[in-house]
Amino acid sequence: MPARKTLVYPYIPNSAPPAKEAMLRAVGARNVDEFYADIPDSLRLKRRLNLPEPLLSEAELIRHVDGLLNRNRSTRETLSFLGAGCYQHQVPAVCDEINSRGEFLTAYAGDPYEDHGRFQALFEYESMMAELLNMDVVNVPNYDGFQAAATSLRMAARITGRTSVLLPANIGADKLSKVREYLKPDIKMGLIPFEAKSGLLDLTALKTRLDQQIAAVYFENPAYLGMIETRADQISAAARLAGALCVVGVDPLSLGVIRPPVEYGADIVCGDIQTLGIHMHYGGGHGGFIASNDDPRFVMEFPSRLFGVAPTSVEGEYGFGDVAYERTSFALREEGKEWVGTAAALWGITAGVYLALMGPQGMLEIGEGLMQRCRFAMQKIARIPGLKVTFADTPHFTEFVVDFSGTGQTAAAINKGLLERDIFGGKDLSGEFPSLGQSLLFCVSEVHTQADLGRLAAALKEVVK
Amino acid sequence: MKPIAPKPMPRRFHQARWDEPVIFELSQPGQRGVLLPPVEAGIEEEVGNPARALPDSVRRPEPPALPEMSQVHVLRHYARLSQENLGADLNIDVGQGTCTMKYSPKVNDQLARTPKLTELHPLQDESTVQGILEVMYRMEGMLKEISGMDRVTLQPGAGSAAIYANVCMIRAYHASRGQDKRRDEVITTIFSHPSNGAAAKVAGTKVITLYPDADGYPDLEALKAAVSDRTAALLITNPEDTGIFNPRIEEFVRIVHAAGGLCSYDQANANGILGITRAREAGFDACHFNLHKTFSTPHGCGGPASGASGVTEALAPFLPVPTVEFDGRKYYLDYDRPQSIGKTRPFYGVAPNILRAYAWIMSLGADGLREVAEVAVLNNNYLLKKVLEIRGAGAPYAKGKRRIEQVRYSWEQLTRETGVHSEEIETRVADFGMHYWTSHHPYVVPEPMTLEPTESYSKADLDEYAAMLKQISDEAYTNPQIIKTAPHNSTVHRTRHEPFDNPDEWAVTWRAYLRKTGQKRG
Repeated sequence: MPARKTLVYPYIPNSAPPAKEAMLRAVGARNVDEFYADIPDSLRLKRRLNLPEPLLSEAELIRHVDGLLNRNRSTRETLSFLGAGCYQHQVPAVCDEINSRGEFLTAYAGDPYEDHGRFQALFEYESMMAELLNMDVVNVPNYDGFQAAATSLRMAARITGRTSVLLPANIGADKLSKVREYLKPDIKMGLIPFEAKSGLLDLTALKTRLDQQIAAVYFENPAYLGMIETRADQISAAARLAGALCVVGVDPLSLGVIRPPVEYGADIVCGDIQTLGIHMHYGGGHGGFIASNDDPRFVMEFPSRLFGVAPTSVEGEYGFGDVAYERTSFALREEGKEWVGTAAALWGITAGVYLALMGPQGMLEIGEGLMQRCRFAMQKIARIPGLKVTFADTPHFTEFVVDFSGTGQTAAAINKGLLERDIFGGKDLSGEFPSLGQSLLFCVSEVHTQADLGRLAAALKEVVK
Repeated sequence: MKPIAPKPMPRRFHQARWDEPVIFELSQPGQRGVLLPPVEAGIEEEVGNPARALPDSVRRPEPPALPEMSQVHVLRHYARLSQENLGADLNIDVGQGTCTMKYSPKVNDQLARTPKLTELHPLQDESTVQGILEVMYRMEGMLKEISGMDRVTLQPGAGSAAIYANVCMIRAYHASRGQDKRRDEVITTIFSHPSNGAAAKVAGTKVITLYPDADGYPDLEALKAAVSDRTAALLITNPEDTGIFNPRIEEFVRIVHAAGGLCSYDQANANGILGITRAREAGFDACHFNLHKTFSTPHGCGGPASGASGVTEALAPFLPVPTVEFDGRKYYLDYDRPQSIGKTRPFYGVAPNILRAYAWIMSLGADGLREVAEVAVLNNNYLLKKVLEIRGAGAPYAKGKRRIEQVRYSWEQLTRETGVHSEEIETRVADFGMHYWTSHHPYVVPEPMTLEPTESYSKADLDEYAAMLKQISDEAYTNPQIIKTAPHNSTVHRTRHEPFDNPDEWAVTWRAYLRKTGQKRG
């Protein structure tokens, strides 16, 4: 192996030769090889790793990474109508300020005496989510909304002792893929069809599929395709009648205007917190939540950490700690509930900051404004000849489906035309939902002005001409 | 003026104590933290207010009872809570063994904050995201080289998710050979991370856990007795949580392969072996890294993290979709992988952490990574020497031998002689502005303490940590009461733990607390 250059690395204090020599002397070792005595020769890599030459200074590193990232075009530069599970919303500056603080950013798993701050911040996150959801138990975030749905269904199966679940056919393909892999091999999955006209779940079909094996009926509100499931109470009633639990996936940002699922019969509520003050990060900004009522049968099935409040030895002091820790894989390995590990705690703190900034009035206003913009965009686009807004008579939250089949163009061609006009169009649904034809799923946000929505409509008019 | 006396060792720390209320108590009616862009009159005129027109079944009657606060009060509250938290930026964070607490370079955080990444939507046209796709493609290439594996997916959200992805790929591999029904057992070791067994259990396998032999190494005879035609996989950490490298790891792999099982290497703690030894040379079929451990991305109070699963050609068809590919001209996402296990999380992975880890490797290169490993191991063996000089401390197994990147110590002697337990020491450590961790459960090593001094710490740092442990040991022998009544210098005092396990008292949320203590909302 060629000799290494002696370099002092700023991230490695003991790379400085005098320090290293002093350390070796102190432990009585001639060189570091002695520490690796247990690693047999046959396992040693007898060459230098073949990696790019290092960029040792910050200046070189920044130049290199900027050079790469500057090839991206972001939604700050381009009008975007993409959603489908990742959403562009305004992130309040205070959210970024708090989650950038080194005390939170670089902490990990300390106990409540070193890390009182993170325990309290996450307890407050749970508590504010609980107000949104009108439920008493919310977990410290798990990975993402996909995981939250998959775990909620496993919880339901454990609680009921049953082995099948029903999911809506209007669910996104990626989430369905994750849930299927996660429930395999002990839980069977069935799909509830949706009505072609309304996009809502087909209640008659649901009732025929419900039997004594069904642990849970899962549906989403708003649905993946944007519709608000107005018959949610009837779905949960049907589930209850069959002895199944009702599990509902929600966008928490909708809960300023949409009823919390527990009020229409949900037993477990889950979803993703990316919409609560977390940047899109190219799909890297997700965190999952699961909520239930304060019933030990449910609480004891959560795999996640649950931070709770308790008195300390001093009056007027709040202490925090793990509720019912003895159910977790940290305590019981494979005998615990699924597993718990590093997931998305910082996003939980961030979502708490977001909810505190928004308050009741902010959550109401954002929900109303999103629904107004969404309906406005739907109506504007519906007036374009050849375009059909699918499920138009159903209330929508932020997303809606437009079918371009009548134009003779593919959904992909429409998106290409929009991109040429500097617009990121909708998600192409033609592969995911062939029954919807050449459709795109568009998403609006509070960052869109009336002029932005007008620009989209005008561009669509040009593209389909 | 006389000279001011030198600083005592260990330092006289006191944690911030803001006595901060719970956020709901800070609510003031009518306050706003942020305002929203107004909905233009043109929109309002055309559509009215559809939210108010929702049917009663789904319309929220009252806004949620969130706190009402001005912006500065939200900021101040959380800034204070942050001060009551001990990040790795602030402390000599060697006490969180197995977690590889190292310096997360600030420049990498800066790079990850660019709108060119934060404001990217994952479904944008590939032509508009060539930069981040290239980062992911290059990152996969570097991790392939570091592990020796043929392909690496960056999709898993963290280490345990990566373990689970590996188990799913192994399950799919056996299924493709019609063997999945029969191969329903996974073998792991008690000093491997608990998620190995836990994830395998979720995937539907039975879990067999091997205990160490007298020298602390995974028991080869126990493995031989455990393997059969039902073995799906061996999931094993190496070096294990004890910091001991299993020198017979090739033989473990050979035995499992001979029985038709596959082997997955838990390399969450690869910090001490970067550039020294790899999964490939040991014969593994799969491995995983935690980018938030070895590759420096900040731990975020427990995530967002990032996992990376590496596999050989035989398992590559089963990788999650999409993979990131390069056709010589452009980078693209490949969904056309019919044998894939599908999605392990939304989209493609935790992009900001993938970028940070990429930047970290790029700032060190091959020599730098090896320097990381060697200095981490040097630091660990230095701290081992210092700890063994402390009364009541020991390092079970492999007496007199060196360790790799961490050590699972035991205070068994101290407990026997003083009645002070490791968990009490843990609490006392907070009084010195440090972290300390016992071990995963069960406590196979009695009265455990697991320390992992990565490359980020200097000799003076390690001396300070050891001096703190020595002082606590001295206290145990002379004044154990000070330990048993700790913490003294923390944000809060000793918490009553009984409510956390009592369903009538536990309170996971403020509303549950108010209800169970008979209080009305203020």
